[in-house]
Order: sequence, then structure tokens, then C-alpha cells
Amino acid sequence: MTPPAVVQASSPARWQDFVQLLKPRVMSLVVFTAATGLICAQAPIHPVMGAIAILCIAVGAGASASLNMWYDADIDARMRRTRGRPVPAGRVQPADALALGVVLSLFSVMLLGLALNWLAAGLLAFTIFFYAVVYTMWLKRWTAQNIVIGGLAGALPPVIGWAAAAGQAPLDAWILCAIIFMWTPPHFWALSLYTSEDYAAAGVPMLPVTAGAAVTRRQIWIYSLLLIPVCLAPAATGLGGAAYLAVAALGGAVFLLLAWRVRSGRAGDAADPRVTDGLYDVKAAARDARNLFAYSILYLTLLFATLLGEHLLGSAAPGLPGGLT
Amino acid sequence: MTEPDVETTPLASPENAAAARARRGRNLAIALGLVGFVVLVYLVTVFRMGGNVLDRPL
Repeated sequence: MTPPAVVQASSPARWQDFVQLLKPRVMSLVVFTAATGLICAQAPIHPVMGAIAILCIAVGAGASASLNMWYDADIDARMRRTRGRPVPAGRVQPADALALGVVLSLFSVMLLGLALNWLAAGLLAFTIFFYAVVYTMWLKRWTAQNIVIGGLAGALPPVIGWAAAAGQAPLDAWILCAIIFMWTPPHFWALSLYTSEDYAAAGVPMLPVTAGAAVTRRQIWIYSLLLIPVCLAPAATGLGGAAYLAVAALGGAVFLLLAWRVRSGRAGDAADPRVTDGLYDVKAAARDARNLFAYSILYLTLLFATLLGEHLLGSAAPGLPGGLT
Repeated sequence: MTEPDVETTPLASPENAAAARARRGRNLAIALGLVGFVVLVYLVTVFRMGGNVLDRPL
């Protein structure tokens, strides 16, 4: 494990810089999906203990983000989107980001274990390890499948939330995990189709960089086809009700339409120098990828919000007996 | 008793003032974090042990 090069501090670190190390926007998504898992478990849990579980999961996600920013400072410094982050910008020393990540990892896992149960704590520890070590230190710099396999880290929070509430992780919890896991490739590859220059400059083997835009567009379409049945699965097991089925089916149809537009378009292709308005042509083509990227966030949010709403209102059918534990 | 040799110019510079403000902010954030953690552990103790303490054989 090679630590990143030391960056000279350009200005004193403020507390806001350390908050930025935790990637608050990613934390908010983790809070949302973990809360969905916790509530869908429909286990008797005191609201204060539920809030503590969600807090531990959010802090654990923040800790892994800090470890990611410590290790990836060299990559971040070469990408426009990330060069303003605290470590590459020189506002926080790498060792401080590492220390914050390690300390928060230990605190969040230990507190979740002591407060709720050790299954949830073990899953949280695995998630932090998977994101910080398997994804950040290994997959991200090595293979174009980095976000496919690494997506597991982002997919586990609902399972942790479920385990925190119920002390077990049944099939329905893993279906929630599978939805996020299958959603991640079309979501990130749509983004990478119009930011591949950044990834190429940083030497990150994202699919458009290593295999080209055409292969990426085809892979987006294939993963979108696989995603929709997984999104419908909660309606089959009873985890989701009629409202969920409608949202998953109609929203899934729109998802497939947008993915097909990407598949049949030219998003990510380099400008043809023989075409006089090539620059604008490429921008128009990239719009399909931007639309899919934006809609993918909305679709996932709608799916989980509908599940959350159904379980809070008690309108979902009871789950099938005999789930995996 | 002799007066300490204080160099006033560097201490009063804007850089030092900014560094002092940043350090004060970080210290406050750490203090709040620690107090928050103590409160969390207290709450966990109350909710995990509360009923069991009353249920134990005397």
C-alpha cells in the first residue's frame, strides 16, 4: 500500500474541509437507502436506536470517503471535477485525511455493534473495507469493471439498515442491494461517457477510456435490461405494493427508453474534424448520456421513496415467509 | 524579572490570524464531536440497559 505524495498545505485546514472529506452528498444518499432498509425490516426498534444506527452507517460511509480521498489524492489532482478537494488542493494533509478515516471507521463500527448488533457492524466494516481497499486501492486503478464490482459498497447500506433493525439480512434486504448494484453501471457509465477525458488524463481505466464509447453504450443498454427485472422483484416478493409496482414498471420503461437513446446515439464519440459543426454535434449526442445520468438518480430515488412510503403507511403486502437469513 | 521577547509583527499577521481562527474552529468541532459521542454512548446505555436493570434478580 503506497500512500500518496505529501501535499504542502496552502492554507490552514478549517473544520469545513474535514466535513468535505466525508462527501456529505454521498452520505445523504446512504442515509436515505439505509433508512429504507431499516424501515422496510418492520422490526420493533426504538426510534432513537434507529437514528443511532443510521448515524453510524452515515459516519462509516463518510470514513470510507475520507480514506478514498487520502489514497486518491494523486488522481483527484489531475481531474477537473476533483482537483478542488481538500487533499489535492493542499488544505488538508494526507495523513490527517487518513487519520480521520481510520478513527471514524473504528468509532462507527464499534458503536453500531454495541448499540444494535454485530451483524450490522460486521456488514458496515466489510462495506468500509470493500470501498476503501478493494475498490479504491485495487479495482479503480486496475480494471474497467471497477464500478461494476465496486458498486457493491454503495449497494450495501440498505442491508446494513435492515440488519440493524432486525438482526438478520433476509432475501428482501438483498433485493434492495441488488437494485443499487445493477443500477450503478448504467448510472456511472452514462456520466463517464461525457467526462472520459478527465478519467483518461488521470489514468483511471473507465470503460469509455479502455474499450471506447460504442462498447460503453452497449454495456449501458445490457445493464439497463438487467436492471428493470431486479427493480420489479420487490413487487413479486411482497416487499413492494401496487404503488411500487407502478413506479418500477413505468419508471423502468422510461429508463429503458433513455438507455436505448444512448445505445443508438453517439454519446462519448470524438468530434469528427470533417464536420464543421462537430463540436456542437458531440454536445448534442452527449445530451442523451446526461439525460440518462440525471434520470437514473430520479428513478432510484423514486423506487426507494415509494418503498419507504408504502411501509410507513403500511400499504405493502407482508413479505414471503422463509427468506434467507 | 525581564519581559519575554515577543515578536509582535508575525503574530499579528493576517496569516497567523487566519490560522488561529481555523484552529479554533477545528478545536470547537472536535469538542462538539466528543460531546456528541458521549451523549450517544449515554443514550445507547440507557436504551440497552434500562429495562434489564429493573428486571435483574435482587
